[in-house]
Amino acid sequence: MKIRTFAACVPVMLLAAALTACSHGDAGSGDADATLSYWASNQGASLDNDKKILTPELDKFTQQTGIKVKLEVVPWTDLTNNTLAAAVSGRGPDVLNIGNTNAATFESTGAFYAFDDAAFQKIGGKDRFVASALATAGVAGHPPTSIPLYSQVYALYYNKKLFADAGLQPPATWEDLVSDAQKLTDPAQKRYGIVIPGATVNSSMHFSFIFGQQHGGSPFDKDGKPTFTSQGVIDGVKQYVDLLSRYHVVNPSDAQYTDASQSAGEFAHGQAAMYMAQTSGINVLAQNGMTPDQYGIAPIPAPASGQKVSSFVAGTNISIFKKTKHLDAALQFVKFMTSSQEQEILNKAYTTQPAVKDAPAAFTDDKQKLDVFTQILADYAKPLPLVSGVQAYQANVGGAVVSLIAKAATGATISDGDVKVALEQAQQKMGAK
Amino acid sequence: MAVTLPGPHTPTSVAGTTSPDPTPSRRRRFTWARSTPYLLIAPAIAFELLVHVIPMLVGIFMSLIQLTQFYVTNWSAAPFTGIGNYRVALDFSGPLGQQLARSFGITLGFTVLVVGISFGFGTSASLVLQRVVRGRGPLRTLFLIPYALPAYAGIITWKFMLQRDNGLLNQLLVDDLHLAHGRPFWLIGGNAFVSLVVVSVWQQWPFAFLMTMAGMQVIPEDVYQAAAIDGASTWQQVRHITLRMMRPVNAVLVLLLFLWTFREFNTPYVLFGPTPPESADLLTVHIYASSFITWNFGLGSAMSVLLMLFLIVVAGLWALWNRRVNRDA
Amino acid sequence: MREQLSFRVFRWLVLVPLGLFAVVPLYVMLTSALKPLRDVQGDFQWWPKNLTLRPFIDMWSTVPLAQYFVNSLIVTTAATVCSVVIAVFAAYAVSRYRFRGRGTFAGVILSTQMFPGVLFLLPLFIIFVNIDNALGFTFLYQTRVGLVVTYLTFTLPFSVWMLASYFDGIPRDLDECARVDGTSALGALFRIILPTARPGVIAVAVYSFMTAWGEILFASQLTNSDSRTLAVGLQSYATENNVYWNQVMAAALVVSVPIVAGFLLLQRYLVAGLTAGAVK
Repeated sequence: MKIRTFAACVPVMLLAAALTACSHGDAGSGDADATLSYWASNQGASLDNDKKILTPELDKFTQQTGIKVKLEVVPWTDLTNNTLAAAVSGRGPDVLNIGNTNAATFESTGAFYAFDDAAFQKIGGKDRFVASALATAGVAGHPPTSIPLYSQVYALYYNKKLFADAGLQPPATWEDLVSDAQKLTDPAQKRYGIVIPGATVNSSMHFSFIFGQQHGGSPFDKDGKPTFTSQGVIDGVKQYVDLLSRYHVVNPSDAQYTDASQSAGEFAHGQAAMYMAQTSGINVLAQNGMTPDQYGIAPIPAPASGQKVSSFVAGTNISIFKKTKHLDAALQFVKFMTSSQEQEILNKAYTTQPAVKDAPAAFTDDKQKLDVFTQILADYAKPLPLVSGVQAYQANVGGAVVSLIAKAATGATISDGDVKVALEQAQQKMGAK
Repeated sequence: MAVTLPGPHTPTSVAGTTSPDPTPSRRRRFTWARSTPYLLIAPAIAFELLVHVIPMLVGIFMSLIQLTQFYVTNWSAAPFTGIGNYRVALDFSGPLGQQLARSFGITLGFTVLVVGISFGFGTSASLVLQRVVRGRGPLRTLFLIPYALPAYAGIITWKFMLQRDNGLLNQLLVDDLHLAHGRPFWLIGGNAFVSLVVVSVWQQWPFAFLMTMAGMQVIPEDVYQAAAIDGASTWQQVRHITLRMMRPVNAVLVLLLFLWTFREFNTPYVLFGPTPPESADLLTVHIYASSFITWNFGLGSAMSVLLMLFLIVVAGLWALWNRRVNRDA
Repeated sequence: MREQLSFRVFRWLVLVPLGLFAVVPLYVMLTSALKPLRDVQGDFQWWPKNLTLRPFIDMWSTVPLAQYFVNSLIVTTAATVCSVVIAVFAAYAVSRYRFRGRGTFAGVILSTQMFPGVLFLLPLFIIFVNIDNALGFTFLYQTRVGLVVTYLTFTLPFSVWMLASYFDGIPRDLDECARVDGTSALGALFRIILPTARPGVIAVAVYSFMTAWGEILFASQLTNSDSRTLAVGLQSYATENNVYWNQVMAAALVVSVPIVAGFLLLQRYLVAGLTAGAVK
């Protein structure tokens, strides 16, 4: 009996030992001198791919400065919540990436270090950065709490072969896009004019914003109050939903795509002739077996009478956690990550656009594509509203668009009134704060 | 009484050998014997306090303040709103209150269906396998595999099967059997509710099967033999012996399935993402969406507390009902 | 004993549909795991046109599957062992002693089953961080220990309930005789009650294991890349670029093999009386 009991205890003790050992392994982050802990967002094909891309660069940093970096690649699905938990508990990494959409929301928590002029001096000055990218760093008029790292914009990807076969040129206006899409749609062959990530909340918010801007609509007024039911916003959402509801140039099945990558697959396989995606779409399409010579890039067109807006300034920013014990090391790290050399290497690896002026965009060998993206970022991209409620805006308006798309897919025709009701509800939910 | 029912009025077990005598003196010295039960439950209490009770109390506190992104790093600065969050949640003329009410109705319907079907499947399978010897092992294993798969894997497989264009279901219904015209959607629109119920049943019924099967194992064979000699049909035996003897097990099983299903999060979340179709908008995901995603934690907490209150009422009714049934039995 | 025809028909009416219900998703998993990604994304095929074993190879590098598996195994096993041990003690107290606060204890423990997890996630996080700060080193924050502590409390309530009703079913004379003979309370528990109630203990252990094994929400928030568990890790096959359906399914099948095997081994004990205690 005794021996049996003892035997039963051994595994338990071993487990306990293993557990304690493991927990000690993690203990370094706060205490050891000059080891930064860094949460990187998942930019590459997989978490592992990110590690492979970043590790040599971090080693370079360690060589230059003697500061070690403990890297943690966090999937986007967890990044916001993990950052939130870090902000709430005061326990987090020293440096982290955030989606620039969230910059204002996180700024309002007060958990991030604010880059004042002195801090900007330490990382090489404000003027190094692309102005439109830096504008996403935080609420205007405050010292920003994040620094742009990788910039992206939306563009229209079109299948060169399908367009050539139909004798079409890339569309210059939204009306052209619709008529091209109609010509390219052939449900019998399972081919549609354009693919949309119908059930993806954040993309749906993005499109509602871009098209709203084309109609002169803005989701927030100057005081930061939501104005979702302004005519421009309604028209923008209607323009997007009409692709499916009115013109039927979208496969209704798109309405169930909860991952933006699912729509990339449809485009890559020739089942859709057009695809609206951010710069990193190049990478995504490559992963799906489509090479850059098979598709062209154009700015997302606006209605002939509308304003030429093709994108908002998307991308990833880097922030310093206010409670860091290694502020100087963290600033050095931000400086390193935004140096021209690293910007060139990293943005090339991730097929994104550099956030600093003197780093050349190099994410593809195709000069035409580079130029289009660069031009969109410089001329046709508006920043998203920098209000603290942007997180709720994304959830509520994105969610409203998703449910409109779902309704359209299941056969309903969406009227202006339907759009208005949906947006009204979204706005009332904002007011509940 | 067959199951230990929590509650001060349920002296399920007779006084133990070391229990204090009926008139304990307050000045009696500490003795090991008297503190034994407390020492035995101490670890359970400590852990439950740490992981459930204290966070629960914090959650209740959160429901009373206006906890948004401006205050998450400094809760003490968050304005105290009292029942303000509850008022918003229960304001059925506003969209949040309406959606909460709708979500509650959907969740209730979902729970009743899933628990009912899972329990029905589990009991039926146990009944027909009760006295089968050949082939029972493999079938039992097969039925239990969905329970052993990581939840995410099972749900993602269903999501794959329910795709409109490339899914198995439409291939079967539309292309192979020609039962449906046009390709129906299963992940959006009204059908999403059906899908959610089916997937949840797929995951839950093996547990019901496991519990009922084990319960039936202990019903002595001679009871059936006696009934058979008296001329009872198989169906009568099922009704009067098996189901009657199973009542205590079933009572616990149904209560637990109800509590778990009502709080189901994984299945809708993996199947539909953070914004489920209206028809499948279950409460926990709804609360998650109005709390975590829009950073309105006070409101989310208030909704959670309401959910908890409802479940407490359910458990209370269950306890009353269970006590009466047992008294009558 | 003869069964009526209608009951035999009923048997088939139950077993065939339920068998199909259980097996079809498994079949889809298996065949999808044997297809190239392009075929998985294309039209559904009942039988793979292009058979490949690539997904079973690629799945190890797309996601650090082996590491997640080990994490899950450690966390789940530790949580199960701790939960069962703690539940046995508590259930013994509930079943064999009458003490002040007994009802409150049982009630509070049940009420923990009623609060939605999404909301106590954040408070729990804060508590963990504060404990770590008090201790001065990382003990609970994003570690396996933190996850073990969390999981063991998920399953405690049901385990205590089940075991207590089990112990109630064991005649008191048995352990009281032992007590009269001079055995301590714990001695009676270990020598008399536990061996008798072994099936119940195993049933509770299986339940605890499965609960911890599949948990997603807390695992996604309370872990980092070193401590991430399988249930969450599987989601990494849906990357920003692609959803690797075939690899997810291959991975799910492979990691489930040991679990199903263990399940098979335990079955005989389980069935002997999972709910024996609850039946009078």
